[in-house]
Amino acid sequence: MNCFQTLSDYSFRSLGYGERLLPKADITLCEQFVLIGSGMIWNIYFALLALLFGFFFSTILALGKNSKSSMLNVPSRTFIFIFRGSPLFIQFFFAYELFVILPKLGFDLNLGFLTITVETRWLTKAWLGALIVLFFNTSAYAAEIFYGALRAVSIKDIESADAFGLTGTKKFKRIIWPTMLRLAWPSYTNEAIFLFHATSLVFFTGFPAWQQKGDAIYYASYFADKTFNPFIPYPIVGLYFILMTLIVIGLFGLINKKLNKHLSPNERSKLRIKLKLIR
Amino acid sequence: MFSYCADPKTLEGLMWLSCYITTAKHMSFYVSFLVVMGLISLAAPLAMAFGFAGAIAARSSIRVFRLIGKGYLAMIRGIPDIVFFLFIPIALDQAFEFLRHKVLCSDVTEPIRQGNDFVVCAAAKLPLSTASEWVHDMYGFLLALLAFGFVFGAFTGNVLSGAMTAVPKTQLETGEAFGFSPRQIFRRILLKQMWVYALPGLSNLWMILIKATPLLFLLGIEDIVYWAKELGGIKTGVYEYKACHLHLFQIHLPHHYH
Repeated sequence: MNCFQTLSDYSFRSLGYGERLLPKADITLCEQFVLIGSGMIWNIYFALLALLFGFFFSTILALGKNSKSSMLNVPSRTFIFIFRGSPLFIQFFFAYELFVILPKLGFDLNLGFLTITVETRWLTKAWLGALIVLFFNTSAYAAEIFYGALRAVSIKDIESADAFGLTGTKKFKRIIWPTMLRLAWPSYTNEAIFLFHATSLVFFTGFPAWQQKGDAIYYASYFADKTFNPFIPYPIVGLYFILMTLIVIGLFGLINKKLNKHLSPNERSKLRIKLKLIR
Repeated sequence: MFSYCADPKTLEGLMWLSCYITTAKHMSFYVSFLVVMGLISLAAPLAMAFGFAGAIAARSSIRVFRLIGKGYLAMIRGIPDIVFFLFIPIALDQAFEFLRHKVLCSDVTEPIRQGNDFVVCAAAKLPLSTASEWVHDMYGFLLALLAFGFVFGAFTGNVLSGAMTAVPKTQLETGEAFGFSPRQIFRRILLKQMWVYALPGLSNLWMILIKATPLLFLLGIEDIVYWAKELGGIKTGVYEYKACHLHLFQIHLPHHYH
């Protein structure tokens, strides 16, 4: 079987399209590359959506933590503390067991043009359940970063805003928020990278891979089990993740440039990728 | 555990609880805390050793060492740690068995990799198939420990090499002015001064190490998570369904290859 055939058979196997049976005997290098790459779709899906939703939620959380009213302050602090303080691994386990014991219900959601039935059963599936866990987790981590940046916004900037007569939402939207983002961006880039890495935990915790539709690590460990040779599939996963990391750095670097555009060159903050944070 | 637990009819109130929390399963659960603590207390010095070696190699004047050191410190930033936790135990296991096979069974000419199998002679198996249960457990623990040491070594190496570059250049130049050799400068000034910069990062790492211990479960160690799952896994319809699931679609949590 040539590689083009494999490509058409297994490119979207992780989503359930193409050949149903996974390769069992005579596993070729091409099959490993294609199937693991196919699994990367899930890693990208989880990371992208969790990051997107998390970005907005974490801004709200950071503002909540920074607020003087204890009605906002205490819940935000608690949320951040719980999700930053416990291992992500345990959060996945816990969430899955929790979602499994929820009653199986369906709700009709009217979107105007069509009605979809939302089922609580979906929560036990990785695409929704694990996404929610990752979303909460990244929100908490990013909120702490944004909170730190919010407190670091220079008093001079705020005073200038006051002098210009900016108040309320306008002051926040035009002065505080962009400055907060600019200050937080290098750390936030880091957070994005490690969120990406954290997506590899999904199918190793509670969430089962339905019909062998798993992520990159799921397929890599499948191959390592089948071929009894860890020296090929795991380096392939590593390669894919390094590529994705470089893409994230590139994209976030562009945004960083945009955020720093108005500053003189020696004031600009460089994107420096620091290490780790196991969750 | 207590004698009155033998007859459940006599139990009242808190006596029931005292029986419940001293069952054999619960006892294994408590022991698993010790296992985890044992692992982190051994993994920390091991990680320090790996990290130190990595940080020194990354600053080496010999190009090969520098490349290896820098690669070791950088790789952890691009690749998820789970990959290492899955890869290292199996890879080490096969490496050990390969070496033993070469040494102990040099008369066997058949290749070790036969298709999808990894075949070594019986004498090269690690641990030997005749070994008792605890030897197998111990070997699994050792591989997990090495995996932790390797991954956290890379983290520690990053902290240490950051600390080494943070030592003010003037201090090193002062050493030079006193006529110290490069080795003396390294040992007497750099190594002493870097700790000030390294300690905050290291204490942070310690916290991260504690938070990473649930990953032991992935390595097939019967740790806290394993026993918590055992204790929490009530048999309901849903769980039977899940068990079916596990068999039908062969979802395997990676287990040890023995």
